[in-house]
Order: sequence, then structure tokens, then C-alpha cells
Amino acid sequence: MANDPGWGNRNNDGPPDLDEVLRQFSRKLNGLFGKSGKGDNQSPDSGNKRLAVLPIVGLVAVIWFATGFYIVDQGSRGVVLRFGKHVETTLPGPRWHMPYPIETVTVVNMEQVRTIEVGYRSAEGGSSRSKELRESLMLTDDENIIDLQLAVQYNLKNVEETLFNNRSAEESMRGIAEAAIRQVVGKSKMDFALYEGREEVAVRAKKLMQDMLDRYKSGINVVNVTMQNAQPPEQVQAAFDDAVKAGQDLERQKNEGQAYANDVIPKARGAASRLLEEAAGYKLRVENEALGNASRFNQILTEYQRAPEVTRQRMYLDAQEQILSSVSKVVIDQKSGNSLLYLPLDKLLSATGTVAPNANSAQPAPVPATTLPELNANAQRSRDAFRSRDRENR
Amino acid sequence: MKNLGAVLLGLIAVLLLASLSAFTVDQREYALVFRLGEIISVKKAPGLYFKVPMVDNVRYFDNRILTLNWVEPDRFITSEKKNVLVDSFVKWRITDPAKYYVSVKGDELQAERRLSQTVNDGLRAEFGKRTIHDVVSGERSQIIEILRQRADRDSNQMGIQVLDVRLKRVDLPQEVSESVYQRMEAERKRVANQLRSQGAGAAEKIRADADRQREIIIAEAFREAQRTKGAGDAKASDIYAQAYGKNPEFYSFYRSLEAYRNSFKSKSDVLVLEPNSDFFKYMRDAGGRKK
Repeated sequence: MANDPGWGNRNNDGPPDLDEVLRQFSRKLNGLFGKSGKGDNQSPDSGNKRLAVLPIVGLVAVIWFATGFYIVDQGSRGVVLRFGKHVETTLPGPRWHMPYPIETVTVVNMEQVRTIEVGYRSAEGGSSRSKELRESLMLTDDENIIDLQLAVQYNLKNVEETLFNNRSAEESMRGIAEAAIRQVVGKSKMDFALYEGREEVAVRAKKLMQDMLDRYKSGINVVNVTMQNAQPPEQVQAAFDDAVKAGQDLERQKNEGQAYANDVIPKARGAASRLLEEAAGYKLRVENEALGNASRFNQILTEYQRAPEVTRQRMYLDAQEQILSSVSKVVIDQKSGNSLLYLPLDKLLSATGTVAPNANSAQPAPVPATTLPELNANAQRSRDAFRSRDRENR
Repeated sequence: MKNLGAVLLGLIAVLLLASLSAFTVDQREYALVFRLGEIISVKKAPGLYFKVPMVDNVRYFDNRILTLNWVEPDRFITSEKKNVLVDSFVKWRITDPAKYYVSVKGDELQAERRLSQTVNDGLRAEFGKRTIHDVVSGERSQIIEILRQRADRDSNQMGIQVLDVRLKRVDLPQEVSESVYQRMEAERKRVANQLRSQGAGAAEKIRADADRQREIIIAEAFREAQRTKGAGDAKASDIYAQAYGKNPEFYSFYRSLEAYRNSFKSKSDVLVLEPNSDFFKYMRDAGGRKK
């Protein structure tokens, strides 16, 4: 399976077929011997000996040559070193290099995306992750501490740089990523790094990482920096959650206030229209009462004007009759004596239960009290107890 | 066959000699050629080289960029006398293998030890001049550059070039972190309280506004109602005036009678009367004469 891309590539594009490879091989061989002249294992003296040795030497040579074949997978590059010196970088496909010890090849996968994790480690299978607090906790510009986890994905953009310029380039990626993210977070405020600026922080960190990698000519290309998690540290999580809750409380309280307003104002409108309706009703009532009273008066007036004296007398007597027939009365003849009259108003009132205007006079004369006969005896007996006072009774 | 044996022997001898005298320098390496302990040549370019067998020997040094990491973060004190834990890394490479060999005997560990001392000294000096805030955010890049130059200068005599010094972590020690957490917590509480009182304030404002509107609505309605009632009263008054104005004296009589009637209508009202009032005139005398 791993070879498939390479073989398929040969059929489609048809670059190095076997002839080509052999030609390449002989060219390289000539070049090598032309240059150094070493490795000459022919002994040109005796033909017989040569015939006997030749098959063995030939077989050894063929096997030796064959060790130089190698396959470069799709997405990889082969780097060929001749005596340690870089001579060629080969593209995917079947390739041949001069066998050891003349040339060596290193095949490097360029395009495979590698991931490093800062602040956490995924378990095998990727289902669970464990925190690395030493890596994930970092200081912000406003001297707060936040808990940040990110993943950095990278591949190679220059295989020669990767191989020749840095020892353990990939091992130092984590350090570079940490330095970059901390530098960016160190220049950001906490709220920015945690909330609105999360993406921005990742973008800046990516740029900084790439700058550093380019400075070291590492040949590494940062594909993506993703913020896995950005949150306050566990110790203060509760307080942060509470602050978020407080924000919602704010909305809730506003809504409650609004609900109160929505309850009160329509009720007030209702009460207002009740007042207005009542007033309108009152107006009509008062006007109609006035009209009624006026009409009654007018009619009586008409009759009165026809016979004033009689009508007046009749009305007076009617009224007196009606009044006197319904109230309690004491009739006292003032002129007939000046002894004191005892009028026990309190008893009078307790008999009826209500307060009435006071009245006393000094008069020993017989009192024609129609409703309270027993009062007369009392009045007779204790009439000296009261001082007489002139009063006008109507 | 004898000849063949001799040829093979000769071949083996040649190969042996070749392997003893030839050496390759990798793309990633420098090579120093020593003759009896003396450096006679420095090979910086990769390729195939020869030496005198047995007499010369070759040592290789990495020419790639190397990374110096600290095992444990170091403590430094800032200008406000606070401790910080600093973890950093240094990118360096050997530029002059001969010097490098002479000064550290080609021992990478020794070179790293000297390098880390230099960087630590630099960190101590630079941190001592700055506050935590400067170190963490403000002047991070300047510190890095100063440290790099300083380390580069110092390590130059070792045949080393320092490409970069980076601060990986600048952390507060655990006990200080705790107080930072407390401060953050207090800060959040403040924010939460502020939000809550803002909420209470806003709600109160809405309520008060509602109450105000209610008062206004009621008051306006009351005004209207009173105006309507007043209009009614005025109209009624006008009607009464027109009717009663026709004979004020009779009105007064008529209205008085009505008022008496309304005032004295229960048994609890006690009237004390003189028998000589007009009402009783026939009671005393059938002729109605006054006595």
C-alpha cells in the first residue's frame, strides 16, 4: 500500500522507467570514477583468472548496486548525501542512489501534519485529555493568570533546512510554541485573551512561531494554531461563573422591573378611566337632580303664586306636623312661673340612645309632655336644682 | 590461484588503507583533524577527505542549531522584590570548531553549562531592573535582545554563536499565585456585585418610572374628572339659580321647610318648645288669639 502512490505516479507521468534509472546509474558511476578514480577492482593481467573471478565479482557488484534502490512516497522527499555532502533532493517515485558507502539517502515525509499540544496531552485514542498545569497557566498583561490550551499543527516546507540546520528541530517545537503563546498572552489583557480575542491570540501566536522558526531556518511550516480551551484557573472558576451569572441576573432584574411596569401602568390606565367615567356619571346625575328639583320647585311656585297665603300656611303646617310627629318633644310654658325645671336629658337620651341639643328652663307650670309623662314628676320635684335661663325655643 | 590470492590480499590491503585514511564530513558536521594532538586542519565543507592513517585523528562537531533547555525553572527577583520562576531556552550553534574545542574541550555539556551561566547572569541583571509587568509584557522583547547580545558576546570566545534567547515561562511562585487567584476572585466578585447592583438599580428605575407614570395617569384622570364634575355642578347651580331666582323669598321658605324636615326626623331628636309659638296658637285658644 505504501508504495502505491509511487508506482501509480510512474504510470501516469511516466518519469523514471527502468531505462532511465539505468542510464542515471551509469552516468553517476562514470561521474564517480571520473572524479575520484577509486574503487577500480579489475586486475588486467591474466584472462583466465579474470574469467573465473568475474561471475563472483559481478554477482557481488549487482547485489551492491541493488542496495541503492529506494522509493520516495508521495508527499515525501529523498535527500541524497554523497560522502556526507548534499547532492540531490529527489521527488516521489522509485529512485536509485549510489550504494553505501558512497551515497546515503534520507526519506522525509514533508506533508504529513504533525501536532503538538501545549497545556494538555491527549491520551492514545484521543478520547480523554489530561492537563499540564505547568504549561497551561500563564500570566496576562494585567497580572492575572489564565488557563490556556492550544494545539499547533505543522508540516515541513523545506526538507534541506529541516535536515541540515537544526538538531532535533521538532523536539524544540513545544518550547517555541510555549514561548510564543506566552509572549502574546503576556501582552494581552485577561478579558481579551479569554473572550473576545481568543482567535486573535492564536493568530498572533502563529505568526510569532513562524517568525522564530524562520529565524532558525528550521524549514518547519506552522499550518494552524487552534485554541483548545481558554478559561480562568480552576481556583477562581466559581467566581467567574458567578460574574457571568450576575450578568444574567442583571437582565432578569430588568425584566422583573419591566414586568412590574407592565402590571402597574395598565392598571393605572384602568383606574383613570374609572375616574373619568365616574365623573361623567356624577355630572349627569347632578345635572338631572338639578333639573328635577328645579322642575318641582317651579311647579310648586306656580301654585304658590296663585294663592300665596294659604299655600304658605299649608306648607308650614305640613312640615311642622311631619317634624313634630317624628321627634321627641318637650313643651314648656316659660311665662307662667320662674321656678327651676329639672329636665333629665341624660335619661331622655338613654331612652332613645342619641345625643340631642340641651334645653332647660325654670317653670313650675304643668308640662304637657305628650311622650314622656314620667318626666313631669321629676321635673316638679327638682326644679330648684336648675337656674332658670332665658331661651328662645321655636 | 596463487596470483588470485595475491590480488585479493592486495585488494584487502588497499581497502584497509583507504578506510583508514579516508573520512567523510557530513553536511551537518564540522571536522577537526588532529596530528598528534595538534589541530592541523578544520573541515567546514562536507565531502570526502584524507588523512595520514594512525597519525592523524578526526573529531566531529555538530554545525546545526542546538537548543539549550533548562531542567528546572530558575527563581529571579524583580525590582519590586518579587520572585518569579523563569524557564527559557537558548538557540546556539558552533561557528568556530577550533575555538570551541580549545575552550570547552569539545564537550557540549560543558558548553551548555557556561552558556546557561551567562544567560542566568543576564536574566538576573535584567530582571533586577524591571518589574514583573515589564518582564511579562512590556519589555519582553528588549530583554530577549539584550540577553541574546550579551550571551553572544560572552560565548564568542568559545566559538559559539547565540541566535536566540527566549523566555518560555515567566511564572509566579505557588504562594504568590495563590494571592493572585484571591485578587482575581475579589475582582470578579466586585464585577458580579456591580452587575447585581446595576440590575437592582435598573429595576428600581423602571419601577419608579412605572410608578411615576401611574401617578401622572391617575392625576390627569383626576383633573379631568374634577373638571367634568365641576362642569356638572356649574350646570346644576345654573339650573337652580334660574329656577329659584324667580322667587327667592319663597325658595328660602320652601328650602327651610325641607331642611327642617330632614334635620328632625328621628325619636332621638328632642325639641323643647314654648306653647306660645305660632304652631300652638289654636291649642291654647280656639280663636287663635294671643293671650
